[in-house]
Amino acid sequence: MALLEIHDVTKHFGEFAAVNSVNIAIEAGEFFTLLGPSGCGKTTLLRMIAGFDQPDSGQILLDGVDIVSIPPEKRPIHTVFQSYALFPHLTVESNIAFPLKMSGKTPDEIRSRVKESLDNVRLTSFANRFPHELSGGQKQRVAFARGLINRPRLLLLDEPLGALDAKLREEMQIELINLQQEVGVTFIFVTHAQNEALALSHRIAVMNQGGIEQIDDPSKIYNFPRNRFVASFIGKINMLDVQVLEATSPQLRLSVMGLGEVAAPWRQGIKTGDKGVIAIRPEQVQILHYSENLGVADHFTGKVHDYLYVGDVTTYIVELCNGLLIEALLPNSTPGRAKLFEIGDSVVVTWQYEASTYLNG
Amino acid sequence: MKRVLILMAKAEIKGGNITKWLVSGPPLLFLIIFFVVPSLIMIVTSFRYPGEFGGLAPLIAPTGEVGGEYGMTLETYQFFLSDTLYIEIFLKSFGVAAATTLICLIMAYPISLLISRSEKRYRNLMLLLVILPFASNFLIRIYAWMIILGPESILNQSINTILNMIGIAPITLLFSPFAVLVGMVYVHLPFMVLPLYTNLEKHDSSLLDAAQDLGASRWQRFWRITWPLSLPGVFAGSALVFIPVLGMFAVPELLGGTSDILIGNLIKDQFLGTRDWPFGSALSIMLTLAVLFFAGLASWFARQSGAMKHAN
Repeated sequence: MALLEIHDVTKHFGEFAAVNSVNIAIEAGEFFTLLGPSGCGKTTLLRMIAGFDQPDSGQILLDGVDIVSIPPEKRPIHTVFQSYALFPHLTVESNIAFPLKMSGKTPDEIRSRVKESLDNVRLTSFANRFPHELSGGQKQRVAFARGLINRPRLLLLDEPLGALDAKLREEMQIELINLQQEVGVTFIFVTHAQNEALALSHRIAVMNQGGIEQIDDPSKIYNFPRNRFVASFIGKINMLDVQVLEATSPQLRLSVMGLGEVAAPWRQGIKTGDKGVIAIRPEQVQILHYSENLGVADHFTGKVHDYLYVGDVTTYIVELCNGLLIEALLPNSTPGRAKLFEIGDSVVVTWQYEASTYLNG
Repeated sequence: MKRVLILMAKAEIKGGNITKWLVSGPPLLFLIIFFVVPSLIMIVTSFRYPGEFGGLAPLIAPTGEVGGEYGMTLETYQFFLSDTLYIEIFLKSFGVAAATTLICLIMAYPISLLISRSEKRYRNLMLLLVILPFASNFLIRIYAWMIILGPESILNQSINTILNMIGIAPITLLFSPFAVLVGMVYVHLPFMVLPLYTNLEKHDSSLLDAAQDLGASRWQRFWRITWPLSLPGVFAGSALVFIPVLGMFAVPELLGGTSDILIGNLIKDQFLGTRDWPFGSALSIMLTLAVLFFAGLASWFARQSGAMKHAN
């Protein structure tokens, strides 16, 4: 039995379905992420798990028991809020001790557990500071410590890294992964930042318009998006309109409008005549000088239209002969080389067919 | 309040540039002329002898006079301390002020909480209702209370009918300590509501969500979060009620009985009735010192509770 099971949960605000018959099962010890653009319903779902919102229909089972009618303060589920919501009138120590006090632990137990917790998040010397005397990263750690100290079955994290600058965010990501491994508490993390989701999670549920688009581990989400929304929401991806010519395992033969034929991995349920897109990540696209074209099976010719140099990699934008643009990401691993191609170069664009995905619609 | 203004003015001057002087100059001058100088006059007056027909006795005996009381003296203060009657009036006044403050706080807190948690568009209307009584004259409103509490009033008569049924002698509401307290609370309630509301309105509701999420019951959320965060508002409101109530003489004069006089009435009588200026001045100074003491105590408490730091 999964730790948390969400069965057919729906929540309307007026006419608007914020969450629409969502089903998720989360295992104990998982780092699970709800990922989606703002307004996709991820925060509403989180608030229903915490108990601040009630679903219109459906069940939320914790260890097999429906918790929908249990108020937030009685659920063994704690939340780290986006703004941290540290109590400004309490010291770091008292903030962390708060959940223990609320559950009526003895002063001795509170003291020893708070001490241990302060040690864990390396804030022992800040025990008597007030929240406004802390840096963003320190506040963050207090919020984590406070959320974890009463050993909840589930810790909910509502975009907790959103307020930090990029460098600190990266540090906190690593800290968060370590923290979760140490305490072994199940995390449900909400974010709209796809790179954060990919970096942190064991599994990701991609949400859009109140529904779940795909639940998978990060590499599957990235490499094998199930539909166009997931493909375009996670990372950068090239999409070319295609029609299915032949759908026999293990290959699909696709016709790219105005360019020719290309192969893609076969998937169940795709029929000859289906229309859709072939999706390919920029880093999977290879570019070769036209003259170097040595019998690559599926390839298109084009001209380098533009490039974007960002240090570690350069993105080349190639205009294919039918006028479509395709992006290719090339690492600048050759010492001293900033670019391999000039604007206007005639090139050949290709990729390994396993790297591409056909998506209906 | 005037003292606070002076302190603020002083803080400004410390900053030490011309603009600050120009801006704070006129109000500072105003306070020097109409507050500092009169206070000094009062202090001096309290150490002099009263004149035979009011006013003050001359500092030097007129030529030919033998005996009589001239010059400076501590007698007025000795007199104040020698008669327990005056100390009692002081204590009673503090008692009334404390009771009024407490009742105002208990009544104003739910009102302020309600307004601060109402929808934004209704808040201003609700605040307007709180301060609406100020639109009519203070004395007229007190006279209205004389009628409401008077022996012929429906309120008083219905109470007496009930008392009669259970065999208790009829009572008069008006001209009693009760009536004084009702009047004091009525007049000062808005002064408690406004600072409390200003404070409560700024509270971050996510703190209450967080507290609830971390296991705090409704009562714990109030007691652990809302109440401590509202302490600056509580102290401000209490000061705004306590201090004026101490000096108030119109309410006890109109609603209280002959035995319900407070310091305010006593001081007023010294200047307008018995015409003993030195004693009136001495009483005023004692009152001022007492108020300063309580104001100091309040701000010390505020600092101790750590609340002021987080006022915003």
